Amino acid sequence: MSLISCRNLKVGYYGKPILSDVNLDINSGEFICIIGDNGSGKSTLIKTMLRLAQPLGGKIVYDSSLKKTSVGYLPQEIKAKSDFPATVFEVVISGCINRLGIRASYNKEERAIAMRYIKTLEIEDIIHKSFRELSGGERQRTLLARALCSSEKVLFLDEPFNALDIHVTNHLYHTLAKINSEYGVTIVMISHDVETALKHVNKVVYVDGTVKFVGTPCEYKKLGGQNNELAN
Amino acid sequence: MNWLTDISNIIKFMPEAIIAGVLLSVSASMVGVILVLKRFSMIGDGLSHVGFGAFSLALAANTFLDAHLNVSIDKTGWEYLVAIPLVIIVAYILLRLGESKKIKGDASIALIASSALAIGYLAINLTGGTSADISKYMFGSITTVTTTQMYICCGVAAVVIGLFLCFSNHIFAVTFDESFAKAIGLHTKTFNTILSILTAVIIVFGMRIMGTLLISSIIIFPALTSMKLFNNFKKVVWSSAIISALCFIIAFFAFYQYSSAASIVIVNLIAFIIATIVGKIIRRFSKK
Ligand SMILES: Nc1ncnc2c1ncn2[C@@H]1O[C@H](COP(=O)(O)OP(=O)(O)O)[C@@H](O)[C@H]1O
Ligand SMILES: [Mg+2]
Repeated sequence: MSLISCRNLKVGYYGKPILSDVNLDINSGEFICIIGDNGSGKSTLIKTMLRLAQPLGGKIVYDSSLKKTSVGYLPQEIKAKSDFPATVFEVVISGCINRLGIRASYNKEERAIAMRYIKTLEIEDIIHKSFRELSGGERQRTLLARALCSSEKVLFLDEPFNALDIHVTNHLYHTLAKINSEYGVTIVMISHDVETALKHVNKVVYVDGTVKFVGTPCEYKKLGGQNNELAN
Repeated sequence: MNWLTDISNIIKFMPEAIIAGVLLSVSASMVGVILVLKRFSMIGDGLSHVGFGAFSLALAANTFLDAHLNVSIDKTGWEYLVAIPLVIIVAYILLRLGESKKIKGDASIALIASSALAIGYLAINLTGGTSADISKYMFGSITTVTTTQMYICCGVAAVVIGLFLCFSNHIFAVTFDESFAKAIGLHTKTFNTILSILTAVIIVFGMRIMGTLLISSIIIFPALTSMKLFNNFKKVVWSSAIISALCFIIAFFAFYQYSSAASIVIVNLIAFIIATIVGKIIRRFSKK
C-alpha cells in the first residue's frame, strides 16, 4: 500500500524547479534513504511531502489513512535560537503535541511515550538539562526523540546522524530498524553517509534533477559498480 | 507616614491607571516572551510607529473635517478604530515576512516604522496640529487612561492569560520549532493570526501608557529578565508576567511625579541587571 505517492512532482522555490518529474511511492513499512549531492533538493523534496513547501507542479497523493498527525519529522537544522529556555524533557514531549488536541496538559500515556524514546536514545541523564547547553550530539538525539514521539506511521528524518559519533549512529540505526520492523513505522531518511545507510535501509532513492534511481541497496550497489555517476 | 498617604491618594484618584497598567504590563510581557523567542523583538517598536502614524492621520483628518465641514459627529475613540485594524494588518504582514528568507524581517520593520512615523508627523504638521498632540502619542500619559480603556485592558489580559493557561504546550511547540509543529499537524497559521492580533491590540493600547518610543521595552525587558533566571519555558512565561507587574507597580508609586513611561523602563532595566547577576551566580553554584 502506498502511503504517499508523488506524481510528476516538481519541487523548488519561487517558481524555480530543483527537482522535476518526480515519480515516487512511499510504501507502508519501507525504510527509505534519499541520497544525492549537496543542494540537490533532498530536503526540499521532504518538505514538500510534509506540506511545508508548495509543489511547483504535479501532485502528491496521500493515502486516506494518513493523517497529518501521524508523521514525525526531524528537520535538518532547527532555527532554535541558542538562548531558547527549554528543558530536554519539554522539547521531547512537545513531539506529542499532535496527540493533545485541545487538552491543556499531557496525560500519563503521553509522558510514558516521551520517557520510552528518552530511554531509547539514552538521554535519561539530561532530561532536566537546558536545551541550550547541550552538545551537538545530545541536541540531535533530543530532536530525534521528539520526532519519534509524534510518529505513529511515517517518520521523516533529514540527516539524523549529523554530529553523532559512530557508536551512537550504529545504536540509532538499530533503534530505527527496530521501530521500522517491529512497530511498522515507515521511515524516510536523508543521509550523506551512503555506505552505512546501504547496510540498514531497504530502499534507496537517488536524486539529481529528478529521481535517477529507485531500488534496493543491492541493486544500487550493482549499478554503482558500472556507473561512476551513481557511485559518487 | 507621608508616603503612605501619598500612595493611598494615588490609588484613590487613579484606579483605572493602575489596573490598566498592571494588566497591560502582564499581557505585553507574556506575548513578549513569544516575540523575543521568535526573534521579533523589534516588532513592538515597528508597530508602535505604525500606531503613531495611524493616530496622527486620524487626528489630522479630524482637524481637517472640523475646519472644512460644518458637521459635528461624535468621534470619541475613533482614532482606535483607525489604528487597530491597520496595526493588526501590518503585524500580520511582518510576522509572515519573517518566515520568508527573501526579505529580511528586521529591514522591513525599520522601513515600515520610519515611513509611518514620517507620514504621521507630516499629517499633523500639515493640518496645524501642535507639539502637544505629538508628545501625547510619543511619550504616552498614564494619568489620562479612561474607564473604557481599562475594561479593554482587562479583556486583553483575560485572553492572553487564558490562552497561556489552556495552550502553553501548543504555544511552546510552535514557538520552539514552527516547521516541525506545522509538519505534524498544528495550525500554525491560526497561531500567527492570534499572535498578530494580540500584539497589535497590546501595542495600540500600550501606547497610551508607554508612548510610541518606549512601548517595546515592556514587551522585551521582562522576557529577557526571566530568561536570565530560568531555563524552562513555562517558568519564563509566568515569571516575566510577575516581574513585569512588579516593575510597573514599583515605577508607578516610586516615580509617579515623573514620567511614568521612562521610570517603568528604568525599573525594568534595573531588574534585568539584577537578574543577570543572580543568573550568573545560580549557574556557577549549580555547576559545582
Ligand atoms: N527556503 C528556501 N528558499 C529558497 N531557496 C532555498 C530554500 N531552501 C533551500 N533552497 C535552495 O534549494 C536548493 C536545494 O536545497 P536543499 O533541498 O536543502 O538541498 P539538499 O537537502 O539536497 O542539500 C539549494 O540550492 C538551496 O539553496
Ligand atoms: Mg538538506
